[in-house]
This record gives sequence, C-alpha cells and structure tokens, in this order.
Amino acid sequence: MSGTEPLLEIEGLSAHYGAVRALDNVTLSVPERQLCAILGANGAGKSTLLRTLTGLHPAASGKVKLGGKDITRLPTERAVTHGLAHVPEGGGVIVELTVEENLRLGGIWRGRHDHKAMTEVLEFFPPLVERLDKPAGTLSGGERQMLAIGRALMARPRVLLLDEPSLGLAPLITEQIFTLLRDLRDRTELTVVLVEQNAAGALAVTDHGYVLGQGRVAIEGPSADLLADDRTRHAYLGF
Amino acid sequence: MTSSIAQSGERATTRTAAPEPRTSTKGWKALPLPVRHLALAALALTAVLGLLLATSDMNALRVATVGYTMLAIAGLQLLVGGSGQVSLGHGAFMMIGAYTMALLILHQPMLPLAVNLLVVVGVSVVAGLAVGAATARLHGPYLAGATLVLAVGLPGLTHRYHEVLGGSNGLTIRTAGAPPFLEGIVSTTAWQALVVWTTVVLALALLATISSGRLGRRMRTIRDDETAAAMSGVPVGRTKVVAFVVSAAAGGLAGGLQVYVLGTATPSTFTLALSLTLLAALVLGGIGSLWGALWAAIAMVHLELWASDLARALDLSRDAENNLPIVFFGIVLFLVIRFWPLGVHGALQSLRTRLRPTKTRTSTP
Amino acid sequence: MTHFINLTLNGLASGAVYAALALSLVIIFQATRLVNFALPAFALLAVYVAHTVTQLTGAYWIGFASALGTGLLVGAVSERFIVRPIARTSQLNAIIVTLGLLLVIQGTVGMIWGNEQHGFQYAFSYVGRFSPASVFAVAAVAVVALLLFLLYRFTPLGLRMRAAAHHPEAARLSGVRVGLMLTIGWAIASFIGALAGMLAGPPFISPNVFDVVFVFGITSAVIGGLDNPFGAVLGGMLIGLGMSYVSGYFGSELATLAALVIVVIVLSVRPDGILSRPTARKV
Repeated sequence: MSGTEPLLEIEGLSAHYGAVRALDNVTLSVPERQLCAILGANGAGKSTLLRTLTGLHPAASGKVKLGGKDITRLPTERAVTHGLAHVPEGGGVIVELTVEENLRLGGIWRGRHDHKAMTEVLEFFPPLVERLDKPAGTLSGGERQMLAIGRALMARPRVLLLDEPSLGLAPLITEQIFTLLRDLRDRTELTVVLVEQNAAGALAVTDHGYVLGQGRVAIEGPSADLLADDRTRHAYLGF
Repeated sequence: MTSSIAQSGERATTRTAAPEPRTSTKGWKALPLPVRHLALAALALTAVLGLLLATSDMNALRVATVGYTMLAIAGLQLLVGGSGQVSLGHGAFMMIGAYTMALLILHQPMLPLAVNLLVVVGVSVVAGLAVGAATARLHGPYLAGATLVLAVGLPGLTHRYHEVLGGSNGLTIRTAGAPPFLEGIVSTTAWQALVVWTTVVLALALLATISSGRLGRRMRTIRDDETAAAMSGVPVGRTKVVAFVVSAAAGGLAGGLQVYVLGTATPSTFTLALSLTLLAALVLGGIGSLWGALWAAIAMVHLELWASDLARALDLSRDAENNLPIVFFGIVLFLVIRFWPLGVHGALQSLRTRLRPTKTRTSTP
Repeated sequence: MTHFINLTLNGLASGAVYAALALSLVIIFQATRLVNFALPAFALLAVYVAHTVTQLTGAYWIGFASALGTGLLVGAVSERFIVRPIARTSQLNAIIVTLGLLLVIQGTVGMIWGNEQHGFQYAFSYVGRFSPASVFAVAAVAVVALLLFLLYRFTPLGLRMRAAAHHPEAARLSGVRVGLMLTIGWAIASFIGALAGMLAGPPFISPNVFDVVFVFGITSAVIGGLDNPFGAVLGGMLIGLGMSYVSGYFGSELATLAALVIVVIVLSVRPDGILSRPTARKV
C-alpha cells in the first residue's frame, strides 16, 4: 500500500441481527483510489458491512472513519453528504420514477441540479441516454444496475459502495460492469468497495481483497495474490 | 390462537375463583374443544349471575350492555384479527339485527324470544352473505372504504321507508320481563342481562370453536399471506365470505339483543361513530384473542361512564361534559396503542409470562 | 334539460370537495400506506379557527388563510408526534390512531366551541344556478390539484417526496430525509383537507359537519384508486355527479345508497380502483 493515509478506515466494527452476530470485530482500511473487493459466502456479513457503513444497520461497537472523520453513528441520509454512495443489493432503482428522475435523485443532496455530472454519467452508460424519460421499471437487469451505479455517481462520492452488482445478471453483462468499474476508477478520483459473491470476477478487476467468514476478516491481500494462491481459493472462495 | 384460548381459559378459572384446580389441566386439555368452550361458557355465566345478584339494577343494565357489545366486537375480532379483513361497517349489521328484532316483536308478538333471535341471526347471515360476496375481491383500505359507505348509507333507509322503519324516531317496543314465577326475585333488567349473557356466552363458545377449527386456520393463513394461502389450496374467496358471514351474524345478534334490552331501535344509535368505535375498541382490547373483545366492551361501556362522572365531578360546562367521553376514549386509545401495541390483552399476556418464571423459581427450591 | 344542467353543475361543485378530500387521502396513502381517518377532524379544526379569526378580525380572507395554516400545522404535528411512533408497530394500529385523533379533535372542538351549529359564511355569493361560491369551489380545487401536480412532477421537493414514498431506503441513501418528507406530505394533505373544509363548511358548522362529506371523500379515493391522485379527482367527480343525479331524480335520501352502489359496481370491476396500476410489486 502507498504511504498515504487510508481514505476509509474500519476499526473493530461489530453488528448484530438480534442475537446473531453478523459482523465480528472487522478491521480494514481502503486507501484512496483503490478498488477493493469484499468476498465471502452467503451470510458472511458482506452486505451487513456496507449497510453498517451507511447507517442502514446500527453498529454495535467499533469505529468507521472517512478521511479521518468519525462517521460511525451518522444517519443514513447524511452518509452521502460525507461522500459515501451506497448501491444496495438489487440496485435500489426506484421503478416508479423515470430514469432521469432516478439520476437526478442521486445528486439531489447538493440542491442544484448537476448538469456536468449528468453528462458524465451518461457518457459512462450510453444505453441510458435514450431511456431517460422512460420509467426505470422498463429497464433490463443490466441497465438497472447501470442506472443504480449512475445514480450513486451523481452524488459525486469519494467512496462508492457496491453491493453485488452482478446479482442476477448474465456473465457477459457482469464482466462489462466490472470493466466499467475499473474504467471509472482510472478516469476519476473514485474509491470503490465492491461486495461480491462472484469472487473470480471481482478479484480479476480489483486491487485488494478481503474475504469475510462468519462476520470476521478471514484472509486479505492483493487481489492478484488471492487469485494466485490455490489454498485460499479452495478454502474460502470455492473455485 | 388455539392455545391462547385454552390458556386464557385457565386464567378464566382462576379469575372467577371457580373450583378448577391447576392440577386438573391435563384432564381439562384432554376434553374436546367445543366441550371446553361450553364449560367455560357455563362458568362465565355463573360469574355473571353472581355479579347480577350482588349489584343493583343500574349495574345490571351495564352488565347487559357489556354483554352484547362484547358479542359485536367478538364478531369483528373474528373478521379483522382472524382473516385480516378490516370492516368499518360492523355497525350496519348491528342495525340490521336490531331492526329485525324490533319488527319481529312489533308484528309477531307471540313468537318466543329464542325464535326471534334465531330469525335475527338468519337475516344477518343473509345480509353478511350479500355484503361479503360483493366485497370478497376487495382488500385492505378498499374493503374498509366500501364497508364504511355501508355504515353511513344504511341508516338512510329508515327515512326512505318511514312507514315501516319509523324514520329518525325509530321503532319502540315492549319486551317481556322475567317469567312470572321469578317475579319479585329477579328484576326485569337483571333478567334481561341474564338472557343477554346466556345468548352471548353460547355465541362466543361457538365463535371460539370456529376460530380454533379449520375455518379459523384457513382465515389466518389468508391473513398472513393471501397469495400463499391460495397456492396451498385454501379457497380464499369462500373463506373470506364465510368469515364475513359469521362476523355479520355476531353483529346482528348483538344488535337484536340491544333492542331486547333497550326497547328501541333508532338510526342515530347506529352511526358511523359506532362502527369506528367498535373497531377502535377491538384494537384497544387486543386483536389476537376473544379476551380482547371483553376488555374492548368494558372499555367502550365504562370509559364513557367514567368520563361522564369525571365531568360531573369537575363541574364542567355542558358542552365539555358531552364531549369529554369521546376525548377520553381517544386519549386512552392512543396511550394503549402507544405503549401496548397488542392491546390490553397483549399487555396482560406479557405481564403473565414475565411473572411466571419467577414464580416457578421461588417454588422449586 | 335545465334540471339536468343544474344537477350537473351542483354535482361538479360537490364533486370538487370530494376530489379535494380524496386527493388529501391519496397523498398520505401513497406515502405511508394508511388511510387518514383524522382528515375530517383536521378540516374541522381549520374551519373553526377560521370562524373565530373571521369574527375577531372581521375579514373572511384572513380567516381563510388561517384555516389553511391550521391545516398545515395540524397535519405536520399529527404525523410527527402521533402517527409516526405508532406506525412503527403496525399498520392497523396506525389507522386506529388516526381514528383516535379524530375522536379527540372532534371532542375538543365540541368542548371549546360547543356542539350547537354556528353560522359560517361562504367565500362568495351562493345564489344562482352556478353561483360564484360554486365556481370558486371548482376553481380552487382545480388550481390546488394543478399546483400539486407541478410540485410532485417538476420540483426537487416533489422528487424527494416521491422517492421517499416509493423506496424509502434508496431515498435515504440519496440523502433524502424520509421522515421530513412524510411530515411535509401530511402537512400538504391536511392543507388540502382544510381547503375542502372551507368549501364544504357553509352555511353551518358543527363538530360532526364533515363526517358524511368525508365518507364520500374516502369513497372517491377508493373508486379512483388510492394510489393515484388523478383517480382521486376522477372519483370525486364521479361521486359528486352520481349523487347529484340520484338525489335530483330519485330523492335525496337515496344519495348515500347511490354512492354505495357506485362503489360496489366500480370495485367489482376494478378491485383496486379505476386508475390504479396493477400491483407489480406484489408477487
């Protein structure tokens, strides 16, 4: 890792669902402009980690810092104002609104409509251009995921949190989306935390990976190393 | 709910201090459900009888009022708590029952009361069938809206058919008091209260049996998830209509009993406020069990009395005195729901479970 | 023929009031999935405040404005402090609490202003076939409906409110304060309820004056589709016209039953109202 201060720091974060421990003392840090993958089986706590970061789920203990600032107990609607954009599982696209309204919603916390951001987002996701005035419910799965990411980008975040963007998508589309993430990182200042079950695909595009197991960080390392190490692959990633 | 009723049954025995020792629970549970419900009914009736003998005539009227109100609410409970259909028109069925009863007594004075009550139930069933069939496809607020209009529209009929239904003055009847051999021993009101409670208790036993039987199970499946119920083979439409019919019958019977006690049936008795208050009281009492209906009925009858007493004690103006009861009811309703989301019954149940472990712990060493 | 025209115009005027009430109910239903039974009480309170203010100042329009202000305030306060804490526990409970609110406000109004009727003036002259008062009723509701449409469709606040209603989690992640949006929605809804009260109140007001009008408001919302503001307006007009014709040709005591018949017919053909979209989410 470079010598700079990490942008997103998570220290000893724990969270519960009732008596069930979903996150158990998770510590990890993401430096600026890193593409970071959070992997693990179903129920390993990946989604909970993201949901705890943006306050959708309460943290039981531990600390989350963004750019040195403590954001652990921030209410969800303030997360975006601190630069955290969270694309929840399934995308969270509002099907009753048009594509354009969904995009506008992403940047709405700034008050003024951000034409420049809109143009940039539409450049990234050309298929959305001709669908702007259609209800988002008419989009295909891949387009919806693009819209979801586009809406998050409209907020001009510092960190993009993505929860299983590949869920329910065809392998080809998944690959496109992953490549897009890489492009995005290369062309902007964006830091990305990608939660994925598709470990092979995610490790192929990311810089660094964490594998969660039963709410703990089981193993971590540069994505390339994780991908190359047969033992970790068999033990934790199942491919 | 099967178990909740059985448990409540045990509590009833302790509450009324009847000789039903805890050790007999095993034998008690072994009895078939209808028998258990009938036994409970007999027990409740004994309790009411004791209450009537111990108190004055004025109280007898209140006891009777609580009785038929409870029956009406229990019918609503089966519908709302059981099948999840929210009806705002329950007062309409009470009105149908009430006017049927009044017309019967006016035009066929020779018929015995039991026959009258059966006819009342029959008419209410027909009305429930008609409304239930018309609204079977509706759900949630749409059903509520349709039944609401029923509650508001029906009293209008009394003006339209003024000659038969008596317009806004309604119908006034004379009901028979206690049979001759009891004269002097039991007052008319006390006798009426006893008749009311006998009917109510039998009807409640029937309701309890229905709701713990197959129909009750089907209704709860529908309430929890209509689509899943349909896929697992529950005849959704039919079950909903049947639930509506049973509830209407209970409401109608309650209305009939009301006329029997009060001697009048007027459109102003069966306002929208009545229907809404019945539902509100049900939630206040607790929607999950027939016991909720009892607390609800007591609340409906007594909160108003207490508020009136309070207003008189505070020497408020007439306007304030007239309005204090509904304000009082509204505030109690809010507080109960705010702090006991499952109503009075739910609160009592959680209190009981909290008390129980400590009891066993102290008795074991 | 004149009779028919008269009935049509009357129906439009009362339909406007039902449409306004239905609109108010739909706004709240869309946002919180509950029917606000306290609406007639909100309108009642607003109208009584207007009555008192008009008497004190001698100016009708100051009273009118204070009624609308009362509407905004009572809606916001009710949502924030009465309904929201309950809505977390169960939906039925939240509906019942609006019933409780209805009782409390109605009773309180009766305690303060008395149960007897008070004379209440029209905004404009009510004499004539399509009187200025009726024109005002239709125009006021039309303007409010249009403004509402513009607010929801074209302003950032409207976008926030729609997002909060349809998908609270996504809205929060986009920085929308969902709770605030609910409060604003209730405020707007009871503002419209207060307007409806000012239109429906004259010539006399008493604590139960809006009960029946409100039932037709619900009816309108239900047959139009509780999810659709356009449906609310359409439903209001349908009920207004239908009841006007029935009471004109068959007798006024049948008007309520006519509403019942309309409801049964409409809902038996379309159980979710005329303009509701098929419930795509419920699978």
